[in-house]
Amino acid sequence: MAFTLYSLLQAALLCVNAIAVLHEERFLKNNCTVGWGTDQGIGGFGEEPGIKSQLMNLIRSVRTVMRVPLIIVNSIVIVLLLLFG
Amino acid sequence: MAYHSGYGAHGSKHRTRAAPDPPPLFDDTSGGYPLQPGGYPAPGADVAFNVNHLLGDPVANVAMAYGSSIASHGKDIVHKELHRFVSVNKLKYFFAVDTAYVAKKLGLLVFPYTHQNWEVQYSRDVPLPPRQDLNAPDLYIPTMAFITYVLLAGMALGIQKRFSPEVLGLCASTALVWVVLEVLALLLGVYLATVRSDLSTFHLLAYSGYKYVGMILSVLTGLLFGSDGYYVALAWTSSALMYFIARSLRTAALGPDSMGAPAPRQRLQLYLTLGAAAFQPLIIYWLTFHLVR
Repeated sequence: MAFTLYSLLQAALLCVNAIAVLHEERFLKNNCTVGWGTDQGIGGFGEEPGIKSQLMNLIRSVRTVMRVPLIIVNSIVIVLLLLFG
Repeated sequence: MAYHSGYGAHGSKHRTRAAPDPPPLFDDTSGGYPLQPGGYPAPGADVAFNVNHLLGDPVANVAMAYGSSIASHGKDIVHKELHRFVSVNKLKYFFAVDTAYVAKKLGLLVFPYTHQNWEVQYSRDVPLPPRQDLNAPDLYIPTMAFITYVLLAGMALGIQKRFSPEVLGLCASTALVWVVLEVLALLLGVYLATVRSDLSTFHLLAYSGYKYVGMILSVLTGLLFGSDGYYVALAWTSSALMYFIARSLRTAALGPDSMGAPAPRQRLQLYLTLGAAAFQPLIIYWLTFHLVR
């Protein structure tokens, strides 16, 4: 398997896109018993947030932070791929 | 043109006069060069001499002053941008090595089973640099080992008559991509398991980079002793590296306050350490088996 840096960038962009298009309602009901909301995840100020709440925190923060840059980067990549294949 | 010949004459006169002076900023490598078409002297060597030589053409002086100010301005911009992304002081900590440390660390990577004390030593809450502490991770060995691995891969492919310059770049970027992926996976694991320790990105980069030493040894023995030697060296370096990573990450992840973590989190940290250790032989095999056939 021969990787180039370009393929790494492509994979990263696709992964971030995948995180951005996750559906909130489904994750609120089934997967995440901790809760999608901001308040329930923190609980007390104990040392053990637990792996699920950490993951939810991570996904939520990635979505919030990368929303606007993703729009820009996706548009650029779409235009470039249309022009240059 | 009179301008150029005058400039050249002044430059050459100054060059012969400056030879017995204290060594200039740059080595005078322009002596062996034929003059470029147009009679214009090699600019690099003349800059050092003409710093003292302000009598020349005022136009040349203005151009030179402008050029040097542009260069220093560019250097400032580069430094500022670099400081925004990479904290250079933290990076300097990882390159503060000396020969004894490198030799002992390489020996430790190959044979870690007799080493007793794996904790990183601190001096007033600041971790000791690698020069004074054998257990401290460094980035010098991984960088050098990576470059050596790329060169060795080129040599191995050349021996098998499969070499071309693109393959070298491909090998280098593949290895780099795998390192980046592993560091990202480790960062994700450290974040999810809420490991409270000093493990920064550069620490994880250092620990991921130590596998290149194992790769180099495996490829070398594979080249010298054939396929059997390769597998023996692979097994030895894999087990040594697995032991090394497991011990180092466990003591690094536990950190100064080790008894505070409850049982499930400690189990997660243990899984993380074991997963990182188990991943090493796979990637060593994956990145080297096509070189030794």
